[in-house]
Amino acid sequence: MSAPRGLAPVRTVLGNGAVLTAKAAHAIPAVTIHATIQAGSVFDPPEHAGLANLVAQTMDRGTTTRTSDEIAIDLDNRGASLKVGLNRHIISVSCTCLTEDFADMLALVGDVVMNPSFPPDQVALRRGEIITNIRQDEDNPAAMAGEALLRLLYPGHPYAQRPAGSVESIETMPPAALRGFHETLFAPASLSVVIVGDVAEAQAIEAATRVFGGWDVAAPHAMPLPPVAPATTRQRLVLPMMNKSQADIAYGFATILRSDPAYYAYYLLNTILGQYSMGGRLGDRIREREGMAYYCFSSLDANVVPGPLVVRAGVNPTNVDKAVLAIDEELRRMAADGPTAKELDESKRYVIGAMPRTLETNAGIATFLQTSEFFCLGTDHDLELPALLHSVTLEQVHAAAAATLVPERAAVVIAGPYDDRG
Amino acid sequence: MASAETPTSPIREHVLANGLKVLVKEVRTAPLVSVWCWYRVGSADEGPGVTGVSHWCEHMNFKGTTNIPRDQVKGIIEQYGGFWNGYTFLDQTTYVETASTEAFEKMLFIEAERMASCLYHPDDCESERTVIISELQGGENDPEQLLDQELTAAAFRAHPYRNPVIGWQDDLQTMTRDDLYAHYRRHYRPNNATLVIVGDVDADEALARAEHHFGAIAPGPAARRVHTKEPEQVGERRVTVSREGTAAYLKVAFHAPAVTDPDFFPMLVLDAVLTGAKGLSLWASFRTPPPQRSARLYKALVDGGLASSVQGAMLPTRDPFLFMVSATLNDGADADVLEEITLAELDRVRQDGVTEDELRRAKAQLRARLVFENNSVTNIGHQIGFFETVASWQFYDALLPGTQAVTQAQVAEVAAKYLVATNRTIGWFEPVPEATDDEAATDAGAAGMANEGGLPDGSGDAGAGR
Repeated sequence: MSAPRGLAPVRTVLGNGAVLTAKAAHAIPAVTIHATIQAGSVFDPPEHAGLANLVAQTMDRGTTTRTSDEIAIDLDNRGASLKVGLNRHIISVSCTCLTEDFADMLALVGDVVMNPSFPPDQVALRRGEIITNIRQDEDNPAAMAGEALLRLLYPGHPYAQRPAGSVESIETMPPAALRGFHETLFAPASLSVVIVGDVAEAQAIEAATRVFGGWDVAAPHAMPLPPVAPATTRQRLVLPMMNKSQADIAYGFATILRSDPAYYAYYLLNTILGQYSMGGRLGDRIREREGMAYYCFSSLDANVVPGPLVVRAGVNPTNVDKAVLAIDEELRRMAADGPTAKELDESKRYVIGAMPRTLETNAGIATFLQTSEFFCLGTDHDLELPALLHSVTLEQVHAAAAATLVPERAAVVIAGPYDDRG
Repeated sequence: MASAETPTSPIREHVLANGLKVLVKEVRTAPLVSVWCWYRVGSADEGPGVTGVSHWCEHMNFKGTTNIPRDQVKGIIEQYGGFWNGYTFLDQTTYVETASTEAFEKMLFIEAERMASCLYHPDDCESERTVIISELQGGENDPEQLLDQELTAAAFRAHPYRNPVIGWQDDLQTMTRDDLYAHYRRHYRPNNATLVIVGDVDADEALARAEHHFGAIAPGPAARRVHTKEPEQVGERRVTVSREGTAAYLKVAFHAPAVTDPDFFPMLVLDAVLTGAKGLSLWASFRTPPPQRSARLYKALVDGGLASSVQGAMLPTRDPFLFMVSATLNDGADADVLEEITLAELDRVRQDGVTEDELRRAKAQLRARLVFENNSVTNIGHQIGFFETVASWQFYDALLPGTQAVTQAQVAEVAAKYLVATNRTIGWFEPVPEATDDEAATDAGAAGMANEGGLPDGSGDAGAGR
């Protein structure tokens, strides 16, 4: 048997700094084009909270050569799907189209990334949509709890900012700020384009080179992010929303950088604690054994800043205190004793065994390759990942748990029909 | 071309002696196999007092069997890198495992156990009662789900499609373990089920293994499905949900044809013209946003600054369900104008039909969606089993030609037939201002009671998952 070849994508860096990655996959006659620009919400100027999001929502609504209507017809005539997304660090433009439309849709994605014109009427419409979305979030306990948790965990840090901004910041955002944001941050040096699907790698790279090769914009200045102050005390915040039926609990800690050597120990810790099967240990206790919640799980977002490990649960208001206590107990138990050998072995088998599913679809492969690119993991990360996970020891996971899962340093937010003001 | 390189086989059908229909499709694009087991039972098969029983049974069917002890359920598929899940909807309950091919035998074993040998331990039934009520209350947190539930209940007088899939809260509080177990025994029979196998398997071998695992399960008396014809609606209905909130939501629903009705495909095209094509997979379609920027209602409502979003839903159902248009009122926009423009657009297409250009665009969208939503063994398996349960598996292969054969005249005809005022129900979620802190402290109980009295409890979600 020959050694496994893995995804083996083709990656190239253009002269202007743009990174292009392609992987042919012929299961269906379709292609996913996934472009990311390092221009997420952490780049919002303090006076313009929500700017990156407004740019993301507007950049595909008109370019220097295409009107919003022309883009709409171009997409809809082909049944192509175009989505501009935002997270703390990147704006992503993702397009799914039939193979026959690949070249045209790649050109459109390029135009949207390089030449958005931010037409005033479109900015006004997206402004209205975002304000409505903010209002909806204000009535959503899950959204309120999640956002408040990050404010507690990251005081004075861009992570504490709502990516959507506020009604006030969006209402007063000057149109020039959108153009300024694009001019400052959108450049080939911060661009990664991944193409996955029913097109040969060489052809995909060649097509993307034609689109992005001539983009000549200087690299943005590096913007260092402030350090994250470690928590020393427990914080608790209650957001009463008495019109709701269920309370949402968000409970978490700031953790480590994605580049930290302990990352894979944390990854498996999170799997054991709140992911494996029906929500790991937390789901097993809070949902399966005690019947307190429909959902209870944990998530980990180690990033270019020490990202959060967050436990989430949705519970009846009468069970809030009991559920928080159960989370405290489970975390203490994990910190004191670590996982069992069986738990670690099972979680490794699950995470490694799940890779073929993760990499079955074009979108799944594109996301994997973009993540690998963003964190500089290499084009053979799919081949290295099993060994990286296998090498994690019980002691390493225990050490991660002991260092992080300390309820006395947790931030806890409860949003919903619950009020502890007496 | 992809089609030449894609190693897939046609669907193979085999019915075991006990009535279990097995459908196999080889798809050898990844070392994966997906197994779906479908039962012809959903919320439409429930009566008063036991609404939500199908969904609750679905939950119970993850809690151990005679040969899978309760403490060995966790991880049984995850050990192969797989996932397993289930959902309940109007006409069906289904279970899925997708994992590496080496888990195939285990997947069949689990589904055979689930069909014949679930435990329904009284303690587990009680524990799950509160989990399901928590699921329902989580749904109630979403104003749009509340409205959906109220609107659906108002649109149907006789047909059980009026009940939320998750059930009404009082039923969930009073149903007994015996209710659950009796429902399970009545419907979980091989002759009421379809087993779908898609992936990296040999079809002959897969059929033999299915025979091995399921062949000895005894059939039962055929469970009679509800046959109620919803009486024709004779006038516009209107429902308003008034609760504290921050945004207003509009829904307009029309009684619409069942999936097997010749009007179904023209209605799909009509929906695409109005709100963009979604595709036909309850499992996968929502993962790829619909192309809708040039759709009529998007242009009128979103580009018109009246709504932050608009969606349409024309679901494939066994009996006639609803074609529903939903819009979220933009902050500061006029609710009356949103409704007026929405109804005017619906009326315009009712009177004038669609243009040739719109028809061509809608068909292109549907063609693309049918490609996108069949991008994994899991998604293909879902579609085969779904259509077998509401119509026939042959319908899966008929989707592309069916949608592409629709004519302009047919779309005009269904628009004129269904989008009439007497056939519609209009619903609003009307946010009332939040009580002040002082009011909340003194009046929250009373306000809560008033709301509860006005609104039956329940989640009203389209489907209810595991």
